[in-house]
Amino acid sequence: MIKKADIVIIGGGIQGCSIAYNLAKKGAKNIVILEKNTCASGSSGRCGAGIRQQFGTKMNCILARESMKIFETLSEELDYDIELNQAGYLILAYTEKEINQFKKNVVLEQSLGIEAKMVTPEEAKEIVPPLNLEGIIGGTFCPTDGNVNPLYTTFGYAEAAQRLGVKYYPFTEVTEIETEDKRILSVITNKGKILTPIVVNAAGGYSGPVGKMAGVDIPVYSQRHQILITEPIDPLWKPMLMSFSENYYFQQLPDGGVLGGYGDPEHEIIGDNVGSSWQFSRTMAKKMVKLVPILKEVHMVRQWAGLYNMSPDAQPILGEHPQLKGFYMSVGFSGHGFMLAPVTGRLIAELILDGKTSIPIDKLDIGRFKRGELICEPSVV
Amino acid sequence: MKDETIICRCEDVTWGEIRQALEKGYTTLNEIKRITRAGMGRCQGKTCQSILLREIAKYCNKKIEEVDVTTFRPPTKPVKLGTLAGDNDD
Ligand SMILES: Cc1cc2nc3c(=O)[nH]c(=O)nc-3n(C[C@H](O)[C@H](O)[C@H](O)COP(=O)(O)OP(=O)(O)OC[C@H]3O[C@@H](n4cnc5c(N)ncnc54)[C@H](O)[C@@H]3O)c2cc1C
Ligand code: FES
Repeated sequence: MIKKADIVIIGGGIQGCSIAYNLAKKGAKNIVILEKNTCASGSSGRCGAGIRQQFGTKMNCILARESMKIFETLSEELDYDIELNQAGYLILAYTEKEINQFKKNVVLEQSLGIEAKMVTPEEAKEIVPPLNLEGIIGGTFCPTDGNVNPLYTTFGYAEAAQRLGVKYYPFTEVTEIETEDKRILSVITNKGKILTPIVVNAAGGYSGPVGKMAGVDIPVYSQRHQILITEPIDPLWKPMLMSFSENYYFQQLPDGGVLGGYGDPEHEIIGDNVGSSWQFSRTMAKKMVKLVPILKEVHMVRQWAGLYNMSPDAQPILGEHPQLKGFYMSVGFSGHGFMLAPVTGRLIAELILDGKTSIPIDKLDIGRFKRGELICEPSVV
Repeated sequence: MKDETIICRCEDVTWGEIRQALEKGYTTLNEIKRITRAGMGRCQGKTCQSILLREIAKYCNKKIEEVDVTTFRPPTKPVKLGTLAGDNDD
């Protein structure tokens, strides 16, 4: 393994790979990705990879819109088919309060050029014919939202980064980070030490412990999040179905399988357990069968779990740590870290190399928690 | 083995596709499954997993036991969503 680098990225998931690729694309040299397991073995390879632009804050709408722009040409850019499927997101509403929030969201989204619109229950059924409308009083639909293959996207970034000179070391775990006078000196791994002035913490569910190695406290924790997939069946519908109040997201993928999950912050295990539970598959099956009754005849073939890395406001923490020069963070993405990775990877690269970003992300700094300036995003699971 | 030989019937994955992934440096069962979808089909690898392991081992000059199978999830029997949801009329 090499002994010296200009930039060391800890974590070879979608965040680490996107950051590395964007750094190399901007001309940076001597970049290293350290991954304790294999590429996309963390949350990035376990996630739903749904990508949406329907958010309730201006900042998130802009970030998501810009990310989608990158996704739209990413297969060509990376020379790897990421299987982009812009089948839309149909977000369903069950309460008046939700409808009111959605109306505000749609005004905001449209003002930013995002194609979302309100839909009646009847229009929802036109979009997704097998839908059972029980309890549904409306919703929003954005036809340009969609999903990608999360593995191919992560591999695509990793391979493109390597073609630009980035070194990717799998099975290489960072165990210590050495600092001096509030600057980064080196990282120590199970395969040796690398001297470096810059470390990027992109360790996903392990970003808290990686912060501790550098002596900084990052207010994040990890929580298990489960997901299941069915056997492939004939095409029934295309868009992602999602609800915040009823708490589900699921979609028929282009290859026919139906994939989905729900958030369970009250009961799910905190920590790094990624085992599966029966309770999840039962509850998820109930939600799916209720909304799309025809699914009751369909077999589930697999379930698995990954980690949500949660920050106090469920929004990412981006940027350099104010007390540790050269220590950059791209962590705390909760349930939307995949869809944002193309844009955040670009912005982190700009921040490291130019000291400024083309889209402001200063509100996502770690200092916001001390200042009490938490971001209030109404539209997250 | 010929490139056209089908290793995973459920997902229609050929040896050629697996060989390409191996050549790119993806040598764990997990990675091969993720890239080629071999083993992710209806039978959940019951039919193809042992062939897959044998061929990866051969390619890497390893013993079958030495192939990295990190987060291997044993294939379970597919269950109907209706059954899971507690609807027993099937
Ligand atoms: C079930 C599920 C569904 C989801 N659905 C969606 C969705 O639809 N859309 C969306 O946008 N997001 C979704 N997410 C969230 C998304 O998966 C994450 O936000 C995103 O993948 C985070 O990427 P990452 O690169 O930061 O983390 P990861 O992919 O977890 O990468 C971090 C890597 O760091 C490595 N690492 C950790 N510690 C060390 C160390 N000490 N040394 C070396 N390497 C280390 C890990 O092995 C890991 O590979 C979902 C998540 C889950 C679990
Ligand atoms: S033969 Fe490979 S999954 Fe069934």
